Amino acid sequence: MTDILIKNLPILVVLCPLMMSLFLVLISNAFISWILTLLTTVLTFILSILLFQEVQTHTYISYALGNWAPPLGIEYVIDKVSIIPIIIISSISLLSTIFSYKLMPFDVGQSSISKVYSLWLLAIAGLIGLVTTGDAFNLFVFLEISSLASVALVAMGAKKDKQALVAAYNYLIIGAVGATLYVIGVGLLYSITGTLNMEDLSNKVKEIDNNRALIAGFGFMITGIMVKAAVFPLHIWLPRAYSYAPSAVSVLLAATATKASLYILARILFSIFNISDDLIIITLNYVILPLSILAMFAGTIMAIYEKDIKRLLAHSSIAQIGYITLAFSIGSNASIAAGFIHMFNHALIKGGLFMAITSIGYYLQKRITINTLSGLGRQMPITFFCFILCSLSLAGLPLTAGFISKLYLIKATISSEGIWIVFLILISSALSLIYLWKMIEVLWLHENTKKIIINENPSIYISLLIITFLNIYFGLDASLIVNNSESAANTLMGFSK
Amino acid sequence: MISSSMGIWNYWIVFLLMMIGLFLVIGRKNFLKKIVGLAIFQTSVFLLYITFGKITGATPPILNEALDKVYSNPLPHVLILTAIVVGVATTALGLSLVLRINSEYGSIEEDDISAQDLVDYHDEIETNKKLKSKFVK
Amino acid sequence: MISIEYLILITVFPPLLVCAITPFLSDRTILRDLLGPIGGLVSSWGSIKLVQAVLDGEQPKLEFLQIAEGISIGFTVTPLGALFGLVASVLWIFAGIYSVGYMRGNKEKSQTRFSTFYALAVHAALCIAYAGDLLTLFIFYEILTFSTYPLVTHKQDELAQKAGRLYMSILFGSSVILLLPAIIWVWVITGSLEISQNGVLDGKINPKYAPFLLMMFVFGIGKAALMPIHKWLPAAMVAPTPVSALLHAVAVVKAGVFTMLLVLTNVFGIDFLSKTGASFWLIGLASFTLLTTSVIAIYKDDIKARLAYSTISQLSYITLGGALASSMATQGAALHIVTHAAGKITLFFVAGAIYVGAKLSKISELNGQGKSMPLIFIAFFIGSLSIIGVPPMGGSWSKFFLMLGAAESGYFFVIAVFCVSTILNVYYLLEIPARAFFFKKEKQITPKIPVLITIPTLMTCFLTILLFFFIEPFQNLASLMVGK
Repeated sequence: MTDILIKNLPILVVLCPLMMSLFLVLISNAFISWILTLLTTVLTFILSILLFQEVQTHTYISYALGNWAPPLGIEYVIDKVSIIPIIIISSISLLSTIFSYKLMPFDVGQSSISKVYSLWLLAIAGLIGLVTTGDAFNLFVFLEISSLASVALVAMGAKKDKQALVAAYNYLIIGAVGATLYVIGVGLLYSITGTLNMEDLSNKVKEIDNNRALIAGFGFMITGIMVKAAVFPLHIWLPRAYSYAPSAVSVLLAATATKASLYILARILFSIFNISDDLIIITLNYVILPLSILAMFAGTIMAIYEKDIKRLLAHSSIAQIGYITLAFSIGSNASIAAGFIHMFNHALIKGGLFMAITSIGYYLQKRITINTLSGLGRQMPITFFCFILCSLSLAGLPLTAGFISKLYLIKATISSEGIWIVFLILISSALSLIYLWKMIEVLWLHENTKKIIINENPSIYISLLIITFLNIYFGLDASLIVNNSESAANTLMGFSK
Repeated sequence: MISSSMGIWNYWIVFLLMMIGLFLVIGRKNFLKKIVGLAIFQTSVFLLYITFGKITGATPPILNEALDKVYSNPLPHVLILTAIVVGVATTALGLSLVLRINSEYGSIEEDDISAQDLVDYHDEIETNKKLKSKFVK
Repeated sequence: MISIEYLILITVFPPLLVCAITPFLSDRTILRDLLGPIGGLVSSWGSIKLVQAVLDGEQPKLEFLQIAEGISIGFTVTPLGALFGLVASVLWIFAGIYSVGYMRGNKEKSQTRFSTFYALAVHAALCIAYAGDLLTLFIFYEILTFSTYPLVTHKQDELAQKAGRLYMSILFGSSVILLLPAIIWVWVITGSLEISQNGVLDGKINPKYAPFLLMMFVFGIGKAALMPIHKWLPAAMVAPTPVSALLHAVAVVKAGVFTMLLVLTNVFGIDFLSKTGASFWLIGLASFTLLTTSVIAIYKDDIKARLAYSTISQLSYITLGGALASSMATQGAALHIVTHAAGKITLFFVAGAIYVGAKLSKISELNGQGKSMPLIFIAFFIGSLSIIGVPPMGGSWSKFFLMLGAAESGYFFVIAVFCVSTILNVYYLLEIPARAFFFKKEKQITPKIPVLITIPTLMTCFLTILLFFFIEPFQNLASLMVGK
């Protein structure tokens, strides 16, 4: 029994939310659909934990879909690399499902809840599928499943603000162009290698050198994924989509969606192609590195001047994605590990921040701008306390998870690239203090002009408390995440050798 | 001679369609036209895949007695079947979004919509540009 | 007998306990106000035992958890730490008594919040003293900043808020932007953040980069108030006087210079510094700060502002002592932490006493007031003499060692700096008792100084004299610090 379960884990973890999402369409009761969604995410989380344990011992789990042997058939691969995004997605989706209990009816209306949860699970299934699949074309399908579902979820925000529709529309168009570019890339690679399996691709790619179709294919794939990962300057869809989406959707998307795409980016850069290849070195040094640095500053500066808080956090996400791609662009084992560490920690940080801000929005029953926050910190001590801790974590202060990411990022940067990048990292993280302090000051030190009285609701802050606790816990004992990220980086780099 | 130029001809068509599609997506301000552009762009990719799969002088990949036949590669066709489905889904979602936008804004022109949005944005944020609240006394 | 590891906890936790209990005692003011001095006594007992242990050649150590490789949260008692811990905990007793007198005499509001954060600040200062790891030090450094913010903005008016913003932005900003990266830099090149007896950087860092690393540390430690990041200290003087007395003459600024000395001696190592000359620029900067702020002090009419600039100047003595990188100068710097603390806290106590008793805060208003509050002004006179460095006051020892150190290291201009600064000290400090005693009385005031203010003032004043005769244990600690 357990044997069969373990053998089928890689597909179960995708199928479980996928099947339930189909089933949920049939249910009309809001509460039941929430319970079912919760159970599904719990189950997905348990399955991903099982996978995590399995990977610790076996290091590589391969599942041939429909029993067609890879490289011809579609393969699902769980290894030390892909388990990290899987854990991120399953844990954040569990937390945000708990979080969504009160907020979802408020944002989208009682009547369409079950459809929203159906889309919600579909997006989760798409994201998990995206990281488990070992087939380049199947990846495209999951990419589209997740992004179409996310687009529909974002559009659900239209009940509160019609701008959500335009945001969703732009997300759809830009996302679809990105995905199509990726498909062109895959097609070009297929035309010269004749395979779609990633491991097989990496072997075949090594034998080909200096082929123009290969270079073009690589360029298309990278660009497509960079659109999806919102790497600067291909990020324009992100701030609007995150800020007009329903609260819980913002949490889910901000914490997971770009992470999955970043993982794919790392997969393409380091495992399909080879780090020792000139093409990759040039791409890393002259494309991704400058773009990451620009992202760090552009995102932070946009955040400083932003008045709308959800959009502010979205801009800050762009800067944080810059840190992750910066880590990748340095291209040493240590820096890629740092990228994965930050990927994990940033999911916790941004999840927490979005939860705090959107729950304030729930209490106020309106959009949150910097003005509406004044003096609310004293009204909602728990939310505010969590918000401060997550902010500190974002700024990278000691005892929080953010510090660990920054620590390893700086260590990796110093040892391979040079001091000037470290200074840029430090300056941009110092700038991030400005917008964080701006919010904290208004929340805490300003007077509550409108005399708003808020009673915090336990069903809303429970998941916020959990995610904040995780932020602190992984700041105190980083060994788990650091060790796993390091072995992920080693696996990724060893994949192509 | 003709057959090889025919192969290149196909790629020219792909390229042309791709550019037309991308231009429509980027250059048009009408939301509906953008979706048309996207569909054309995706179609060009379908054609690209099919062209890869085609081998000149080869038969369709159907098993029959004559073993020395060269078959065209069937896999790209299968992939494109999937991609068409994805494309249809994208177009459907896009069209439904356009419908909703039209009913909310009364227009599907980007300029109109962003003008309306800007008014809302001003109401919410710009007019409150200066922080009104003071420090706690 | 309690094992010495737990002595650290006994020293460090009373203030935290006080901080935790105080909010629940807002109605029982007597009990609440007793907590501070009692906590101070317990802490002082612990810190004295720790000093004894260190003098016996032991190094108490406690580690709580390891965050990452080479980074842990824990305590180690170094000789310098024992010294600073002793100063902070003993002076907390007096400051505790004094703040009760001050807050009640001045009828300040939110006294409970005040006592809570006051105790938390002391806790942070003690933890800084016994930090066993640079990161632990950094964390408590930040806690100290955050816990003193409500104290600085205690009055909650526009001025206090503005001062609070400046205070936070300088202290928090500089530490996050420069100190933390500097600590990470040390971790990257040495692989460990443990505070060890001697320098850890020798041979690990390219001597070319050493001045830059030092620069990051020096400007990152905003609490040491070197120019140009000294502005927060005069700004923080809007706080009630007990805060200025304990925190801005003892805990906060001394935490700053303590960190500075620790970095100079235990991270860089004085041998490394003197070998590479990495701290040469710091000698210049500290001398400049020392003289400039002394001159500024002369022009300040507000007592507390003058004392604030005097503090900045005296802190530069300590930084300068460390930067000279000779063992004598470093010992002098360590001793100056003790003697200046005792002297300056007396001066601040007096400033507060004058404010509470006579509602005077300007020096020009003090003319002839000496006869109405003789004890207070005598205390001020003695405290001033100690800071100027006249025997038989404690301050003379530290100045003596600093001078010797300057001679030993060969920077003779530093001796000239010390001499000029002493003359300026005489000018700006002795002006106050001189006006009080020898000028003609302008205003008729009958001051009412609470006894809870007078007693601690006289006690700390007495302490400055005692220090002259009982400097030996401190001197032993200081010499242990430089490894002799």
